Amino acid sequence: MSDDLRKIVVDGEEVEVPNSFTLLQAAEAAGREIPRFCYHERLSVAGNCRMCLVELVGAPKPAASCAMQVRDMRGGPNGEPPAMNTLSPMVKKAREGVMEFLLINHPLDCPICDQGGECDLQDQSLVYGRTGSRFPENKRAVEDKEMGPIIKTEMTRCIQCTRCVRFVTEVAGVPEIGMIGRGEDAEITTYLENAVTSELSGNVIDLCPVGALTSKPYAFNARPWELKKTETVDVMDAVGSNIRVDARGGAVLRILPRVHEGVNEEWISDKTRYAWEGLGKRRLDKPYVRENGKLRAASWSEALDVAVKRLSGDASKIGMIAGDLCSAEEMKAAKDLADALGIASIDCRQDGAKLGTGPRQEYLFNATIAGIEEADAILIVGANPRVEAAIVNARIRKTWLHNDTKVGVIGEPVDLTYEYEHVGTGAKDLAGLKKKRSGFIKTLKDAKRPLILVGAGALAREDGAQVLRAAGDLAAAVGAVSEDWNGFSVLHTAASRVAGLDLGFVPGEGGQDVAGMQSGGMETIVLMGADELDISKFGDAFVIYVGSHGDAGAHRADLVLPGAAWTEQDGLFANTEGRVQLAFRSVFPKGEAKENWAIFRALSERVGKTLPYDNLTQLRLKLFEDVPVLGGIDHAPGAEGAAEFDAKSIGADGDVADAAFTPAVRNFYFTNPVARASKTLAECAALKDAPAAVAAE
Amino acid sequence: MSVRRLAKDQPESFAFNKKSEDEIKFWLAKYPEEKKASAVIPMLWIAQKQEGWVCEPAIREIADRLEMPYIRVYEVATFYTMFNLAPVGEHLIQVCGTTPCMLRGSDELISVCKNRIGKQHEISEDGKFTWVEVECMGACANAPMIQLANKDGDHYIEDLDAESFEKLLDDLAAGKKVKYGPQSERNASEPHGTKVLTDESLYDGSRAKPVTLPNTGKSEKAEG
Repeated sequence: MSDDLRKIVVDGEEVEVPNSFTLLQAAEAAGREIPRFCYHERLSVAGNCRMCLVELVGAPKPAASCAMQVRDMRGGPNGEPPAMNTLSPMVKKAREGVMEFLLINHPLDCPICDQGGECDLQDQSLVYGRTGSRFPENKRAVEDKEMGPIIKTEMTRCIQCTRCVRFVTEVAGVPEIGMIGRGEDAEITTYLENAVTSELSGNVIDLCPVGALTSKPYAFNARPWELKKTETVDVMDAVGSNIRVDARGGAVLRILPRVHEGVNEEWISDKTRYAWEGLGKRRLDKPYVRENGKLRAASWSEALDVAVKRLSGDASKIGMIAGDLCSAEEMKAAKDLADALGIASIDCRQDGAKLGTGPRQEYLFNATIAGIEEADAILIVGANPRVEAAIVNARIRKTWLHNDTKVGVIGEPVDLTYEYEHVGTGAKDLAGLKKKRSGFIKTLKDAKRPLILVGAGALAREDGAQVLRAAGDLAAAVGAVSEDWNGFSVLHTAASRVAGLDLGFVPGEGGQDVAGMQSGGMETIVLMGADELDISKFGDAFVIYVGSHGDAGAHRADLVLPGAAWTEQDGLFANTEGRVQLAFRSVFPKGEAKENWAIFRALSERVGKTLPYDNLTQLRLKLFEDVPVLGGIDHAPGAEGAAEFDAKSIGADGDVADAAFTPAVRNFYFTNPVARASKTLAECAALKDAPAAVAAE
Repeated sequence: MSVRRLAKDQPESFAFNKKSEDEIKFWLAKYPEEKKASAVIPMLWIAQKQEGWVCEPAIREIADRLEMPYIRVYEVATFYTMFNLAPVGEHLIQVCGTTPCMLRGSDELISVCKNRIGKQHEISEDGKFTWVEVECMGACANAPMIQLANKDGDHYIEDLDAESFEKLLDDLAAGKKVKYGPQSERNASEPHGTKVLTDESLYDGSRAKPVTLPNTGKSEKAEG
């Protein structure tokens, strides 16, 4: 298809647009706004709402601008460029007519509708609609449908735009929503009203232009104009989805996606969307000290004194473990404190991943998330991206769907929403792959931009470093790293991991890693929101838990120092690409909880090793000075270091074990203490375990 | 038309019988392997011919065979009103209620149905009949008409009135064979009542006039 530019006239103004543009895009290029309901930039064109009608000069009838291309327009009789009007009386009348038809059966229940105030239909009827309706007949009523714990339905409000149907079919890859019946009786439903099984299902709530699909946990909670909106980033996985946190008073009431083409486009996973529910539950709001086996509320002063006493002990028997949700600043403060005290046993890899010894590209998703669309062959090693990073999985599906990208998997053969070749199950298959002559290795070698995606599950094992080397060798062997392309990509599952590795939050000389600390002999362990490890293995060590939620770590802790969750403090997070993004405070920490970096700053003062910063800005300046890569906000390095890529520098040499890869995440909904505190996510998880129990009657 | 839903009581399972399997083979052969979803309507129809209606396990069976999501087959089955989503009686009577049939008295047929069979879409007490009102079936010349669907296949029964329709139902209920096509004495859709074009001379050639063929100058009698 040629994509030549073509001159067209929009409302008398000449513009030049590509032939492949739709009239709607051409009008937007000319600065005109075209109202629409069914059309969405990231979904296929349906053309069924008719709201985007425009007048084609010379044509007898208006045309749906979303479904007609510039190439199909006909010019004037004397060779004039084709012309369309978007502001003419005909268009105005057409829009009024469509709007009147849409409103024939749409209830006037805006005062009790959760979409009120942010409803496309409401807004557009104000701007483009008639004053009244000429249809006094009764409106149709439609039975509500069950769609699971996330989506609340009010199907009478549905205008049959089919955005939800197209989203789950095309983007989520889980074709479960459809339109049954016909004509006036058409209804949107899932098959037999089962819950939607996608990890991205919450996005249909944002897509729905009316109040037919709304958020169940948020139902009747707030009006959009009452909320304080904070644009920040997500920490539920290592993708760093851009989100907007809406809060009222001290409570976060909902989380919505923000557009970032490089990261999450405009989708977020259900975990990201409903983690806010966990922010109000199981919170640690004051310091606790364990006395006679029971935790007793204490004052900050008392708690800090206890901690100081412990931290003043033998530095070689003190360990620090950073959890998955830590910001770069709090890890920096903790590390500076550890350095000052001579503590070498620090680790930010609570899953035990064998990473962080080589150069930065060893542990980054070098291909970048947007770069997935440029890859023409993808090998997924020991990962289930669908649950580890649902947004990344959606990208892989997108490129598989549109660019015919070949996908291979070494690991568990799970449903990834796209077809793939199952190349093997374990590390031996990975190591042996580059010696093979046929099969997927050929696909990789023939590809211009192959991508080797290594999951956290493949690295969090005894031979993790050897697996990493094998993956690096394979990347080098198939030409995955060239001048402008670095296809060697590690997919992390924890938001804090990359910044932690950048900071060097790994055992220093003579220090123990997590496994070492768990093998006994430690006297004091500081857990910074680290709950995803076997807490029982710390023996009789004194456990200081610094964090926001009463989860496994706090249950075992001998001292609890309440910290802020990521929505309650400003922080820096580097996502799996190495893209550093700013998170902003939306609400204040709960009760007596403090910002996490400040807790370590306070401790440092009490042990007599005051850290050289009094506020977050000073801390950040120190951080950028020590670790300059964290200063490049919203910059993903991508292929920058590709020229220096050396497979020998990553991981470690040696034989890999026989064991099959196991994914890092088993239960998508329960990967961190915040998500585990969310009721909605718990319901989703229960559904996944026993879908039959909720099957429709 | 009304909202169409799957029946409340569904069988545990569904399996195509031998005859259906043969038909499926025939239909699947018409489409390339990667486009086999095109066979969804024939498959649903075969399932309906076998069981009399399309049950939920059949929808899943068809979706599995055609590698389609269940919801896609469900959409098709609910879209087309000729797929019965609930069991029907031994004889399914589809009464045309569109304008030409209505002008010729389909109201009478419908009231017969109501009196004798009961509510639309419901099976009569004896289990013999179900009736539905449908849109035009294209036999307006023989209005009013019905389509009868049973084990024998689908047949038009035309030129009905209340009396002949009652008798038809009696015969069907008694298990007698019934006459398909027009129930009046006329043949197919020939004009009703007055016979036209009956004059013998129309056909024996006697009315043909001599014509002058061009270029010959001679007058010849056209051969009859």
